[in-house]
Amino acid sequence: MPSPLILVAAVLNGLMTGAVYALVALGLTLIYGVLHIINFAHGALLSAALFAAFFAYQILGLDPYLAVFVLAPVFFALGYALQRFVIGPAARGDERNMLLVTLGLSVFIENALLYAFRANTRTVEVSYAFKSIDLGFTFLAVPRLVSLAAVFAVAFVLWLIMALTDTGKAIRAVAKEKLGAELAGIDVAHVYALTFGLGTACVAIAACLLIPTYYVNPSAGNAFVPVAFTIVVLGGMGSVPGALIGGLVIGVVESLAGFFLGESLGEVGIFLIFILVLLVRPRGLFGSST
Amino acid sequence: MVEPLLSVEGISHRFGGLLAVDAASLWAPAGSITSLIGPNGAGKTTLFAVISGFLKPTAGRVRYGGEDVTGEPPHRLARRGMARTFQITKPFAGLSVRDNILIGAHLRHPARADALAVAETVARDVGLGELLDRPAHTMTAAARKRLELARALATEPKLLLLDEVLAGLNPSEIREVVPVIRALAGRGLAVVMIEHVMQAVMSLSAHVFVLAEGRIIAEGSPAHVTADPAVVEAYLGHGAAAKVGAHDVH
Amino acid sequence: MKGFLLIAIVVAAFAAVPLVVHSNVTLNFLVVALLIALAGQGWNVLGGYGGQYSFGHAAFFGTGAYVTAVLQMRYGVNAWIGFAAGIAAGSAVGAIVGTLAFRAGLRSSYFALVTLAFAEVLRILASVAPITGAGVGMLIKLDLRAQSFQFQSRALFYLVILALVAVALVTAQMLERSRFGAWLIAVRENEDAAMALGVDAFSIKLGAMVLSAAITAAAGGFYAQYFLFVDAGIAYGTWISIEALLTPVIGGVGTVFGPLVGALAAKSLGEGAKLVTGDVPGLDLMIYGAMLVLVIRFVPHGIVGAFADVSDRIKRRVLAARAPAREAVHG
Ligand SMILES: Nc1ncnc2c1ncn2[C@@H]1O[C@H](COP(=O)(O)OP(=O)(O)O)[C@@H](O)[C@H]1O
Ligand SMILES: [Mg+2]
Repeated sequence: MPSPLILVAAVLNGLMTGAVYALVALGLTLIYGVLHIINFAHGALLSAALFAAFFAYQILGLDPYLAVFVLAPVFFALGYALQRFVIGPAARGDERNMLLVTLGLSVFIENALLYAFRANTRTVEVSYAFKSIDLGFTFLAVPRLVSLAAVFAVAFVLWLIMALTDTGKAIRAVAKEKLGAELAGIDVAHVYALTFGLGTACVAIAACLLIPTYYVNPSAGNAFVPVAFTIVVLGGMGSVPGALIGGLVIGVVESLAGFFLGESLGEVGIFLIFILVLLVRPRGLFGSST
Repeated sequence: MVEPLLSVEGISHRFGGLLAVDAASLWAPAGSITSLIGPNGAGKTTLFAVISGFLKPTAGRVRYGGEDVTGEPPHRLARRGMARTFQITKPFAGLSVRDNILIGAHLRHPARADALAVAETVARDVGLGELLDRPAHTMTAAARKRLELARALATEPKLLLLDEVLAGLNPSEIREVVPVIRALAGRGLAVVMIEHVMQAVMSLSAHVFVLAEGRIIAEGSPAHVTADPAVVEAYLGHGAAAKVGAHDVH
Repeated sequence: MKGFLLIAIVVAAFAAVPLVVHSNVTLNFLVVALLIALAGQGWNVLGGYGGQYSFGHAAFFGTGAYVTAVLQMRYGVNAWIGFAAGIAAGSAVGAIVGTLAFRAGLRSSYFALVTLAFAEVLRILASVAPITGAGVGMLIKLDLRAQSFQFQSRALFYLVILALVAVALVTAQMLERSRFGAWLIAVRENEDAAMALGVDAFSIKLGAMVLSAAITAAAGGFYAQYFLFVDAGIAYGTWISIEALLTPVIGGVGTVFGPLVGALAAKSLGEGAKLVTGDVPGLDLMIYGAMLVLVIRFVPHGIVGAFADVSDRIKRRVLAARAPAREAVHG
């Protein structure tokens, strides 16, 4: 039996990895909760955001943690525009169309990145990439601590938006009762786009948190997709606290599983868990209509 | 005594905290029209869904043709000769009227040509003969009700469960459909209809069951149940009494 | 009957191509287009007629390809038998995935997700398992004899894939005329209504999935024989899942000729772009992604569907002109 201190270290590590998962899942679940679509372009948007963060640092010399304040609004606008002018008009409310449109976007974005930047993997070198805090029995990587803190900050801000602003009220109204909201004079297309924008902004924040310690290539974002989907389904489709807790839990599970089983089983494992979660959840939770 | 084609014994169905159907029993013999009436939200549609296998009852039994068929899936019950229509119509929206009815006809006729012939005959019987080539999604609400009826009939059922097929029809349309339903019973089918159009209930049905808040509160001949104070109260309580006699049907 | 006649004419026209075209480049283009059309016809059976959109048809394509290759190279099985076994194995994978997914009641997005996940699991497994050649992939030994399912001339390969496509076209046409097909379409349009009319939705969907998987697996097996190489990224890669659904969507979902028309359109556009900018990685898939979005936005029923819509509208206008009184009563 490994010493408890090592396990604690693994859990702490998992929590910090899980923070980024949670952030990616947060965007996905937000979009699902309001628009009732699974955004298949989420991973590709994450790749795009990673490139944006990379070039912001490389060309403009913008530190990733500062780039958040530029990229989050930019990606919010991008997400808004995508939903308002591409996904919404193309899908016309049909679920199967939405599936195909977000898939098409995903393929387009990923391959446009490949076309523009080739398959090369790039990394940034920031001074604090390897900074860590010594707890005596383990080290906590500073960038990961920042991620953990940032995720709670983002969740708090989201909660503030939802609870206190008129926009938040409109979003909640549409999520709950679309027809009623429409009758009450809420511009549903606008609310959908706002939500998609918020979800995409989450992805941009995740990218800025990741880039100091992670890498970027045209399919880098895809690595997070199965994990994020698993978290969203596990945490309850559309549930923000579910995504937050689910992300942290999956992070810990992955870290412990890697510890006990070795990394190689990890990739298949996450897909198998994902399939299991989809299959064994009672069908009532999949309330999607035909 | 011969067992009626359909007998429902003490069926209950619960949606979460709501007991939508509460130990309801009813029966329907072949060759006759039985009505199920009751105020909105009484649990009539839910009871139909249980009988036709779309919902599993929390308690109780459904007997059909002398057998216990409780919990059998809808498609198997349809093969046994049970057909239902949906109150909220469910057309195959992308298909023509002909192809909609064809799906029903295929149940007893594997060959396409035979099934098409049946579909056309049935369409003519319910007055959809002129609309055979129309895409279902372009039909009026009244025409969709007829389509529900036509598809169900195309399966050549022994028991027909009609959920408000007259609702939303205007008086002249009702006058067209009522004889069709009467003829079905004449041909030996057991018909159970959920209906709000009281005149139709009075003129068509041999036996009436009244459901209120999930329970059968009265049963008997149309004259008998409409004279029952409990029934009048159930309706008045929900302000639906005005409906009685509002339509003039022959 | 009209449908079968049209298939015969189209197939005959395609069969005549090698008589006039001798360019290997052109024939190669046509072989690949027909291969994608075949994979797409598989997707079309389940997605187009059945309304169950799979994002993981690579699972069947890859199984067809790997089983064909592995049986030959590891067990010395005859290529044609390996090909047949590949189709059987692909169908079996379809039966397993279908049983699990449909029993669990997965629909639309969830069905897409679960099929995608199965394909990914198979891809990862194939990239580590020794029997598939793991990360290196697997070469099929060159043996240019018809009994080894390899041909000296590209024209023969072309005729073989054309024959497979012809079988798939006839299958789709028969589907449209059969009770099974009618019930499958009914399930797509409204599952509850179909069940009320006696349709066993689960069995129908499962049957469609198995047929669909078999057709796409045949495309995979042919791929292995034509290119004599498979690896995990090719056989189980997302590219084939995407092209399998792209072709019917572009050509017209739930139509007999949709996948063929869509494959020719998509491949032409992809190759055309390569001529303009050179073969840069990502270019063709980038175009396919854009096509997917644009087609759904502007040609929602696909190319074949658009023609059908126009001819329907004309027919209806003619009918309306002939009998204005009747329309007025029921309109
Ligand atoms: N799927 C469902 N989930 C939860 N409650 C339902 C559902 N369907 C019906 N109900 C409730 O059950 C009760 C009975 O409904 P229903 O059977 O449709 O009544 P009726 O057909 O007599 O108008 C109503 O209170 C209704 O709101
Ligand atoms: Mg009702």
